[in-house]
Amino acid sequence: MSAETLPAVLDAPRLRFVDRVNPVSRLAAAMLLTTPLLLTVDWVSAATALVIQLVLFALAGVTPSTLLRRAWPILIAAPVAGVSMLLYGQPSGEEYWSFWLARITDGSIELAIAVTVRVLAIGLPAVLLFMHVDPTELADGLAQVWHLPSRFVLGALAGARLVGLFIEDWQAMSLSRRARGIGDHGALRRFATMAFALLVLAIRRGSKLATAMEARGFGSEVPRTWARESRVGWPDLVLILLAVTIAVVSIAAAVWAGTFHAVWS
Amino acid sequence: MPTSSVSSPAAIEARGWGWRHASRLRPAIEHLDLRIHAGERVLLLGPSGAGKSTLLHALAGVHGGDDEGEEYGELAVDGVAPSAARGRAGLVLQDPDSQVILARVGDDVAFGCENLGVPRDEIWHRVRAALAEVGLGLPLDHPSSALSGGQKQRLALAGAIAMRPGLLLLDEPTANLDPDGVREVRDAVGRVLDRTRATLVVVEHRVDVWLDLVDRVVVLGHDGRLLADGAPREVLAEQRQVLLDAGVWVPGVPVPGSAAADAVGRASEVGAAGSADRISLEPALTTRGLAIGRRANAVVQRGLDLGIAAGASTVVTGPNGVGKSTLALTLGGLLRPLEGHVEASRVLAAGLRREPIAWRSRELLTRIGTVFQEPEHQFVASTVAGELSVGLRALRLEEPAITARVDELLQRLRLDHLARANPFTLSGGEKRRLSVAAVLATRPSVLILDEPTFGQDRLTWIELTALLRGLVDDGLALVSVTHDAAFIAELGDERIALAPSTSREFA
Repeated sequence: MSAETLPAVLDAPRLRFVDRVNPVSRLAAAMLLTTPLLLTVDWVSAATALVIQLVLFALAGVTPSTLLRRAWPILIAAPVAGVSMLLYGQPSGEEYWSFWLARITDGSIELAIAVTVRVLAIGLPAVLLFMHVDPTELADGLAQVWHLPSRFVLGALAGARLVGLFIEDWQAMSLSRRARGIGDHGALRRFATMAFALLVLAIRRGSKLATAMEARGFGSEVPRTWARESRVGWPDLVLILLAVTIAVVSIAAAVWAGTFHAVWS
Repeated sequence: MPTSSVSSPAAIEARGWGWRHASRLRPAIEHLDLRIHAGERVLLLGPSGAGKSTLLHALAGVHGGDDEGEEYGELAVDGVAPSAARGRAGLVLQDPDSQVILARVGDDVAFGCENLGVPRDEIWHRVRAALAEVGLGLPLDHPSSALSGGQKQRLALAGAIAMRPGLLLLDEPTANLDPDGVREVRDAVGRVLDRTRATLVVVEHRVDVWLDLVDRVVVLGHDGRLLADGAPREVLAEQRQVLLDAGVWVPGVPVPGSAAADAVGRASEVGAAGSADRISLEPALTTRGLAIGRRANAVVQRGLDLGIAAGASTVVTGPNGVGKSTLALTLGGLLRPLEGHVEASRVLAAGLRREPIAWRSRELLTRIGTVFQEPEHQFVASTVAGELSVGLRALRLEEPAITARVDELLQRLRLDHLARANPFTLSGGEKRRLSVAAVLATRPSVLILDEPTFGQDRLTWIELTALLRGLVDDGLALVSVTHDAAFIAELGDERIALAPSTSREFA
């Protein structure tokens, strides 16, 4: 039972370079890279960013099969977003097909491509950069490198571990409803009793965990030391510079090609 | 920071000490005068509600401020308030799951040292030493979620001793463990104490586990006052009846067999009549080529051909993780067999299809009842009386019939004074009695219990086994998943021992 709750990060393939970067720097790089891409809706900037990303991730050791296994939700979401744009996007230019509210036009085709590529350009780095991130290492980075309050960071880290127990609670409770004779109908009411019971169990487990942490000196006045050092070095700097460069190059390419289209205009 | 690997044992002194939880009217513990010398090993006994855990938590300095409760008198560890002596006491709690703090074994043990400001190199030195001492020879990056209950408790112990405490506080550390886990934890504590000479205070109902390790027994009464204090053998002999009344498992006192059945109003001769009938009945449940598992790709057992006799009690035993609970849920018509069949006898099916998994939820009620390991997982009503009537209402019985049956069960299981209480607020023993009564309400022909005696005191244990024996003698088919040797001796008419499956597949 417990063997199934092993973190998924363990079976992810190792990556060159990226694995040497502190998780918080990866977080920073992902934000720096994707935020500018949210400012414009054109296909040139997104395509430029995506091409550079694919080349760099390939160099880091991401194979097509890794890409498929790890990023499939993004690979599905991108065309779905594109199709909805194709049918319902702002119509302009020649119209090829229409049915009730749906119209496929030159404009909506362009928008569909732009949106599909953009979802990929934003989603892939988010997934691939965090493929290996261990929650404990991320918490170490947040507390030691970014100096977020350690009480908050470690409390959240320990609390997140309880989620696995809540899932087991929920499964046992669903089975017990059938055993108690109330599994045939009244799904809404059943859900309510389970939600209440889960809340009670969650509070109880949470306070036990808090007691266990406090008994180990958590939250005392003594300045804390860290068993694991969270460090940043030149790989962190390189990744962040790469992210900024990709963002600048892709926006510049869109401006140069005349396709830059700010979301606010 | 002490650099030697041993810190000096701590002394405890309580003078007129008491504590009232903010949500309660009466103090959990009152007027306690107690002195424990450095290096003493104390077993703390008493009925549930005597404030034993309250005392341990206070000694560990985790009671928090005025918003959590009110403190009276004085309590000191080495002459200072426990909250000012963080790190002097190490605390291990009852529930293995709720005290694992971090995802990796090494990090979890290091956590306390980090909070005490121990330098990094020293931390890892202590972590390795602590893990070796409790006998957890695992890599430091081993996932803590993949440990057994006994290993988790030893991990918690390692986390405590890595802080180099002078006082070790154990709050029912083995109550939720199987016999192997109990032994592992007890032996680890013994090794730690022999090396560190730390002061020990342990709370536990199962006295025999700790008897050889302690040199003093302290008994608290219902109101938290001191009842007895002295050398283990003497206190156990002198306070025997008090302890038995408090539900403590006093070593050497046999559990009453048929005498207990008399206590709940049953004549023991009925047992003989019942067992004569048993032979003529076809099995209530039969399995053929059964494979079980929680999910299709996680088979834990396959090829099971079993028969569950009516009018007999069957116990299911085997090591942790072997699929005992999964088998119970599958027999109970709650989990779908992954291969093969579970088949009900014609009498049990009573006109329905033969596979229990195909029955509707309401149709299970009078046929197969399942009592879950955690009573809280099966509670669905806001009062005890409501909980008992859930199944009866699902059967659409008339109101007078429901009331009559609920009243009968309330009386029989001594829950009548709690009829209006919320099930979640009951004590451990009361929750267990309610969870069994709620399932018995609809008079199922087959009753399936998952670890019914886990963590129960002696009184609840005796009541429960007597009640079950009576029901079996009346023709019930009983299936119990259990590790409890005394329970097996009492109710192991038939035995199913599951062994780890060699064809075990992992997800």
